Amino acid sequence: MTEELIRVENLTMHFPLQKGLLANLFTKGKRFVRAVDGVSFSLCKGEVLGLVGESGSGKTTTGRMILRLLEPTSGEVFYRGRAVSSYAGRAMDDLREKMQVIFQDPYASLSPRMTVGDAISHPLLIHGLAKGSGARDRTLAMMEAVGLSPAEFLYKKYPHQLSGGQRQRVVIARALVTEPDFVVADEPIAMADVSVRAMILELMIRCREMFDLTYLFITHDLATCKYICDRIAIMYLGKIVEIGPLKEVFANPVHPYTATLLEAIPVPDPRYRRTHPMPKGEIPSPINPPPGCAFHPRCPLAEPSCRLNEQHLVDLGSGHKAACSLKTL
Amino acid sequence: MDTGSPMLSLEDLKVEFPISIGTVTAVNGVSLDLFQGEVMGLVGESGCGKSTLGLSIPRLLRPPGRIASGRILYRGRDIVRMGKRELLSLRGSKIAMIFQDPLTSLNPLYSIGHHFVETVRAHDGRVSRREALGRAASVLESLGIAAERLDEFPHQMSGGMRQRIMIGLALILSPDLLIADEPTTALDVIVEAQFLDLLDVLRKQYNLTIILITHNLGNVAQLADRITVMYGGTIAEVGPAQSIFDRPLHPYTQGLLASIPNIRLDEPKLKTMAGSPPDLVDPPAGCVFHPRCPQVMDTCRQDRPPLFARNGHKAACWLYR
Repeated sequence: MTEELIRVENLTMHFPLQKGLLANLFTKGKRFVRAVDGVSFSLCKGEVLGLVGESGSGKTTTGRMILRLLEPTSGEVFYRGRAVSSYAGRAMDDLREKMQVIFQDPYASLSPRMTVGDAISHPLLIHGLAKGSGARDRTLAMMEAVGLSPAEFLYKKYPHQLSGGQRQRVVIARALVTEPDFVVADEPIAMADVSVRAMILELMIRCREMFDLTYLFITHDLATCKYICDRIAIMYLGKIVEIGPLKEVFANPVHPYTATLLEAIPVPDPRYRRTHPMPKGEIPSPINPPPGCAFHPRCPLAEPSCRLNEQHLVDLGSGHKAACSLKTL
Repeated sequence: MDTGSPMLSLEDLKVEFPISIGTVTAVNGVSLDLFQGEVMGLVGESGCGKSTLGLSIPRLLRPPGRIASGRILYRGRDIVRMGKRELLSLRGSKIAMIFQDPLTSLNPLYSIGHHFVETVRAHDGRVSRREALGRAASVLESLGIAAERLDEFPHQMSGGMRQRIMIGLALILSPDLLIADEPTTALDVIVEAQFLDLLDVLRKQYNLTIILITHNLGNVAQLADRITVMYGGTIAEVGPAQSIFDRPLHPYTQGLLASIPNIRLDEPKLKTMAGSPPDLVDPPAGCVFHPRCPQVMDTCRQDRPPLFARNGHKAACWLYR
C-alpha cells in the first residue's frame, strides 16, 4: 500500500451563478458557488479513502473532478504521477478504462431499454476490449463474480425485472468489467434497503480483494465507513477539515465538526442515547461562506479568532491532519 | 406512561391495493395497542407495510388502497366506520401526520404564515387571521424559529427548518397523536439528530403520543419506548425498545439488527441476510419470512405464527410456541 495511485492537489471548483439580465447589468463581478475550495489528498494503491460530508459539502463534485467528468476551476489530479489534464483523445479514453464510477441510484444509472448483458458488455465494446462471444464470456464471468447468478438467466433481463440489490450489482459489474484500478463510489448504498446495504458493502469489499481495487468511497454516513475505509477525509463547505486513518479519527476526532458528526450518528442501541443536545444550525450557503473557519457559526468551541483566521490542515503525526487552530496549537 | 386502556387499538387490520395482476395485501392482519404518551417506533424495510399502516390510521389511503377489514379504535371510536364529518374533525386536531419530504408537503406559492392560517381556520372558521398568526408565532418559537419567518416562503428555508415548519403545522391544533412517516430521511445527519432532539422535547411539552415510522433503527433506538418490527405486511416482533435491541426474538429482527452499522460495536464486518422481501400479491404460505429464515421448520411453511410472548416482548415465530 505504498505506491501512490491518485493524488489531488489544491482542487477547486467554483460554479458561476446564473443571474438574470438586469442583475448582470447592475451588479459588478460574478458570484460563485464555491463547491470545492482547495482540496488536496492522495490515495495509495489498494486503499479505500472515505470522503464524508453533509449535502453541499462538495464531496460529489470532488469525485467528479477526479474522474474528469467536471473540469476543475483550478488544481490538478494526478494518476500514477501524471497530470490527468495532460491526457487527451485516445489516451484519455484509455484512462477512463482504468478509472470507473458507481453512482447512488441504480435506477437512474441503467438504461431501461438495455438488458443486463448489454449494459455490462457495453464498456467492453466501447473500449474495444472484446467483442462477440469474447465480450459475452467476460460479461458472464463478471456477473458471476458480483453474485448475479445464474448469469445466463439474468443476462437477458431488463433492469425493471431485477430487485434493487441486483440492479446495484449490475452497476458494479459494469464499472468493473473494464478492469479498472480506481473506482469512485458515490453513495453506492444510500438508496438501498437496510439488509441490501450490508450485501452491497460486502460485495465491494470482496471486489477490492478480487480485482486489487482502490476506492474513493463518497458517503454522508460515517458509520458505514467503519466497515470499508482505511482512511477518511471529512469535508465541510468545500474544504477538508480533517483527514486520517479511520481508527485514529474515530477514536480521537480533533476537529469539532468531526466530533459533532460522530456524535450525531444514531447508535442502534437505546443504551447509547445522546445525553446532551446537538449544536444548532445547518450547513451555510457555499455562495457566501462564513469568514475564517467556515464551521465557526455552529462550533460549540468557537472563539472570536475563528472568525478572522482561515484554517489550514495541520499534521498531527501518522497521517492525521486537522484544520482547527484551537485544537492543533 | 398510562398503562390503562390504550389510546389507539388496531384490531386485525387488513389493507389491500387491488391492481391489474392481483391484490397486494400491504397490511395483513395487524393488531397493535398504543398508549398515551409513548413513542412507538414502527420499523421495517421498503414494502413491509409500515407507511401504509401509518396512512390508514387517519384514513388517508389513496384509492385503490382500502381498508379491507379490521378496526382502528381511537379512544374507543372506530375510525374505519366513521362518517366524513367526524373523520375531518379528528384529522389534524386529534391525529396529525408529517411526511418524509417537507418540500412537497408545503405549497411553494404560499407564505409559511398562510399555511398556518389555513390549517387553523379549516378547523375553526371563527378564529381570525391575526389570532391564527399569533398562535403560529408561539408554536414557531417553541421550535426555535423566529416569528418573522412567517412572512417567508418554503424555498427560503433550509431542509431542517422546513421539517420544523411541518411539525409546527402538525402541532398548532394540539393533536394528541402524531404519526411521523420517515420524518428525517431527507435531512442531513446533524440536522436529523437535531430533529430527534426536538421531537423528544415536544413530546413532553405537548404530551404527545408518537408513531415514528422509519427504516433507521438508530433513530428508533434514540427515541422510541416500544418498537414494532414489520415484515411483509405483518408484525414480526413488538416490545420495549431496550429488550428488542438486547434480545431480538424473531430471526428477521436478529438479521436486521446484525446488518446495520453500529459505531459503538467492535465487530469487523456486517452480517447479510439472504433472499429478498416477499411478493405481496402472492405471499408465501405460513410465516411470510420462512423462505429467508435460517431456522425454518416444517410448521413455518404451513401455518402462520401468532404472536408468542417471551422475554417481556412478543414475536410472531413458531420457535417460541
